[in-house]
Amino acid sequence: MAEEVKLFAKWASPFSRRIEVALKLKGVEYEYIEEDLFNKSPALLNYNPVHKKVPVLVHNGKPIAESLVIMEYIDETWKHNPILPVDPFEKAMARFWAKFIDDKFWAIWPAAKKAMISGGEKEREEGIEEAQLHLKVLETQLKEKKFFGSERLGFVEITASLIVCIVVAQEAMGVEILTQDKFPALHELTQKFADDDVFKQCVPPREKHSAYFKALLGALAASK
Amino acid sequence: MEEHLPDKSPMLLQYNPVHKKIPVLVHKGKPLAESLVIIEYIDEVWKHNPLLPQDPYHRAKARFWAKFADEKCVPAMFRAFSKVGEEQVQAAKELRENLKTLESALEGKQYFGGETIGFLDIAVGWIGCWARMNEEVAGVNMIDAEMIPLLSLWFQKFLELPIIQECLPPQDKLLAHNKEFHKMLMMAAALT
Repeated sequence: MAEEVKLFAKWASPFSRRIEVALKLKGVEYEYIEEDLFNKSPALLNYNPVHKKVPVLVHNGKPIAESLVIMEYIDETWKHNPILPVDPFEKAMARFWAKFIDDKFWAIWPAAKKAMISGGEKEREEGIEEAQLHLKVLETQLKEKKFFGSERLGFVEITASLIVCIVVAQEAMGVEILTQDKFPALHELTQKFADDDVFKQCVPPREKHSAYFKALLGALAASK
Repeated sequence: MEEHLPDKSPMLLQYNPVHKKIPVLVHKGKPLAESLVIIEYIDEVWKHNPLLPQDPYHRAKARFWAKFADEKCVPAMFRAFSKVGEEQVQAAKELRENLKTLESALEGKQYFGGETIGFLDIAVGWIGCWARMNEEVAGVNMIDAEMIPLLSLWFQKFLELPIIQECLPPQDKLLAHNKEFHKMLMMAAALT
């Protein structure tokens, strides 16, 4: 049976981006389906009735949701160019750190958003402080070189690519959160992504991405 | 090795410096934390009696539902236990609805793992034990047998399995512990 791989995604979502990186690293051909999250397609709702979110990978008609679950599925289905380490302990560590990064992102992003859409100085400072507190934890772990086993993009690196979102958004909104002086290791990581051949293909054009955040966050700021 | 929270042993803090929590598995001196990560590790090192299915798609489904239970059921359950008033009512409602969604993952099977228990049964089975016990302590309905007849039945069968019985803590001791914990939470809630 011919392989049919579809990816339901949103171009601006770093969670969708991660799946594209994984698929491209494996050289898997897929059909990309852009979803309008304000007007979700019946197909998406059918494939992910529980969360109604992207990304969703559909492989030969079988849907898989949740980006880390999808990445593991990709790694187990297309076994060449492994994304996860082979050794069980190293693999477990990779899973641990990926979860850690994702959990931290959901602490960082709301705080960063608060800083970027706030009208008042005090609220902005509070948001920045809170975001930086959580970023500091990531920075410390990264500095101790606990994340990454190798030079190439693996499971943990792909997971960590979420932080690019913060960098683009903060630049678009003119707020300094993830700065090079305070977070040198994280900053170096974003450079690593920018220089990587596969990742470069999967990241939206900077201007388009920036404009997206300006519009989204600008609208949120105005509605306050 | 038993840990006596809130006083954490130096060994625990050394083995899990990131979260400082249990469970931690130490295998040949190498520590692992996060219970679902640990279960997958166990499955990969000791390959007999596999816990996860072999097929990648079914593995993905098991992981998806374990994550769902961890993120959508467990926090709601703890809120239903620790909050009062409207917050408690809403949390219990959310829990019951999310358990209904979880029930669909059974797909008419006896256990999530099929004929025998597997990864997902192990990942979520404890919720049944905890919720059943703490419904009474917290005075709120968590397991609605009418709403989730299949899941209710599964909870019961799971908890009756000899292998699970061996791993459950003494129920009277656990009940006393939970009652005490609830009392402390209520005192804290009254102060805020």
